[in-house]
Amino acid sequence: MDKISKICSCGVPVNIENIDTDQIIPARFLKAVERKGFGDNLFRDWRYDKENKPIATFPLNDAKYSGNILFAAKNFGCGSSREHAAWALYDYGFRVIVSSFFADIFKNNALNCGLLPLKVSEKFLTNAFESIDKDPKAKFEVDLPAQTITNLSTGEKESFEIDGYKKECLMNGFDDVDYLVSIRPEIEAYEHKAASRK
Amino acid sequence: MGQTLFDKVWDAHVVRHLDGGRDILYIDRHYIHEVTSPVAFLGLKNRGLKVARPERTTATADHNTPTMNQHLPVKDPGSRAQLATFAANCDANGIEHFSLGHPKNGVVHIIGPELGFTQPGMTIVCGDSHTATHGAFGAVAFGIGTSEVEMVFASQCIVQPKPKTMRITVNGKRGPGVTSKDVILYIISKISASGGTGHFIEFAGDAIKAMTMEERMTVCNMAIESGARGGIIAPDQTTFDYVRGRENAPKGADFDKMVEEWKKLPSDPDAKFDAEFTFDAADIEPMITYGTNPGMGVAVTGVIPSSEGLTGSDKISFDRALEYMGFKEGEKMIGKKVDYVFLGSCTNGRIEDFRLFAKYVKGRKKAEGVTAWLVPGSKMVEKLCKEEGLDKIFEEAGFTLRQPGCSACLAMNDDKIPAGKYSVSTSNRNFEGRQGPGARTMLAGPLVAAAAAVTGTVQDPRELFDIK
Repeated sequence: MDKISKICSCGVPVNIENIDTDQIIPARFLKAVERKGFGDNLFRDWRYDKENKPIATFPLNDAKYSGNILFAAKNFGCGSSREHAAWALYDYGFRVIVSSFFADIFKNNALNCGLLPLKVSEKFLTNAFESIDKDPKAKFEVDLPAQTITNLSTGEKESFEIDGYKKECLMNGFDDVDYLVSIRPEIEAYEHKAASRK
Repeated sequence: MGQTLFDKVWDAHVVRHLDGGRDILYIDRHYIHEVTSPVAFLGLKNRGLKVARPERTTATADHNTPTMNQHLPVKDPGSRAQLATFAANCDANGIEHFSLGHPKNGVVHIIGPELGFTQPGMTIVCGDSHTATHGAFGAVAFGIGTSEVEMVFASQCIVQPKPKTMRITVNGKRGPGVTSKDVILYIISKISASGGTGHFIEFAGDAIKAMTMEERMTVCNMAIESGARGGIIAPDQTTFDYVRGRENAPKGADFDKMVEEWKKLPSDPDAKFDAEFTFDAADIEPMITYGTNPGMGVAVTGVIPSSEGLTGSDKISFDRALEYMGFKEGEKMIGKKVDYVFLGSCTNGRIEDFRLFAKYVKGRKKAEGVTAWLVPGSKMVEKLCKEEGLDKIFEEAGFTLRQPGCSACLAMNDDKIPAGKYSVSTSNRNFEGRQGPGARTMLAGPLVAAAAAVTGTVQDPRELFDIK
């Protein structure tokens, strides 16, 4: 898991609402037993047609778009809890997903695998789509320590929220398992107390 | 101020509060399956750890399993490898697992309650969003990702932000021919596929209280389809009667003692919820979806709504959904052609669903041109279908009872709806390609599915079957 601090990049726009995790990674690609190669099948059925030919109009296939920030319309990541969706986005190369609304499980999954789900206002998002539409090379700056995102072509700047614990994890590339294992005695004390209540 | 049912269960399981609002939450029961666990097992192994509490872990193979000829080796090499890895991981960690063909095998959210693992007041997680199902028992149950599965393996805990609370009250009495699936499809059509996001929903009111446990499970199962973290229903006599005597439930005096504890769980009368909605059961008709998210539903007698007033990405998304479905604004749902019918899944794969379907297809014939997949949720449901002679009713009407699994709900196995074909499905998601690339899904309850199976079209089951 890469550490995230400041990112300055162009954005890839997918202006569709309610993008569910079945679109991000269809179920037929969930048969792996290791976490690798999921990026190849990111948005599989939107990126490729029945003959496996790239669909030119889909933004990920359009050479004019680039960068490691994905912009998507509201309610991104709804549906299945498959973390493979976050892995596919990460493996493809995205580090930040910007939307005006994220589904809960996806948000947790993203944070747990080093992908920043960045919630902005509807207005910021609409303007971002417009900026990219006008100039696909429009740049955005994400500053995790300061918790801000800036649309560098308009100067529009917005703060975003992230809880302190997850921010610390992302900035340092930490994960929760090490932390939980380190407090095992406290967990065992809880188990003891709970058992005696019954 | 009083506490909600959700708060009572959650707070009793907090091991530690973290700065920034997250809690370390202790998990009473961890359900696992073959698809979302292998990477977590691998992560655990790479850290030199073993599953901390195998006795609190229940494993079943379901997502990736064939629903015919389960006695033969699994044909698909990817599925076969994943199932073998799952069994080996469970063995290496001392976890009891119900593999393919095991008499206790089945869809994880069907077998958990069946075997009495799911009980009121528990915290329950699984690497599957429909873990919400178990909330029907007054448990805090929700889906998690694979990183979180690894957390539970390593510590029996997860790090979670506490969701807000919402109460949805359904007053009055359901009309004839209206199933609990129609109730939840109606609710989601009103609050939208993202209306519950950030919340845990308590379902309350007379219409919910009057439901059987299986009906309540169908409602809580689809709480996630409104974006909610989970659904929960206050445990009552119906709950206790269901749990009593099940294999893994407390027995004798221990059970009675637990019932006294469980009776303290319902929300206090003065408890405050962060959001509230109220509906009247009398307004609910048999439902069906017309679009590509579960919030795009209408009464089966209704028409596809117009996009008037929608702008920007709302309009783009609505038009895209209708184009995918091959439908137009203002069209009636009644009479729409149906190629496939799927009865099953963690939403509607229980014995009551099969009884209801059987009751109305009995003496009728499957419509020509319709392919129907009747997939019981578990080996136990399959066994009951046979004991009650439902399999014979199905056969006489031209249907085949298949073997248990998730099947066409997510189409990871061979049960895929072909591109462009229309399916009436009792499952939980109508996303693009969910039931196979290009498949067009209309979600409905088992009665609308029965009507579609015998007519090959969308029909009002109340009229077709004369349900009064």
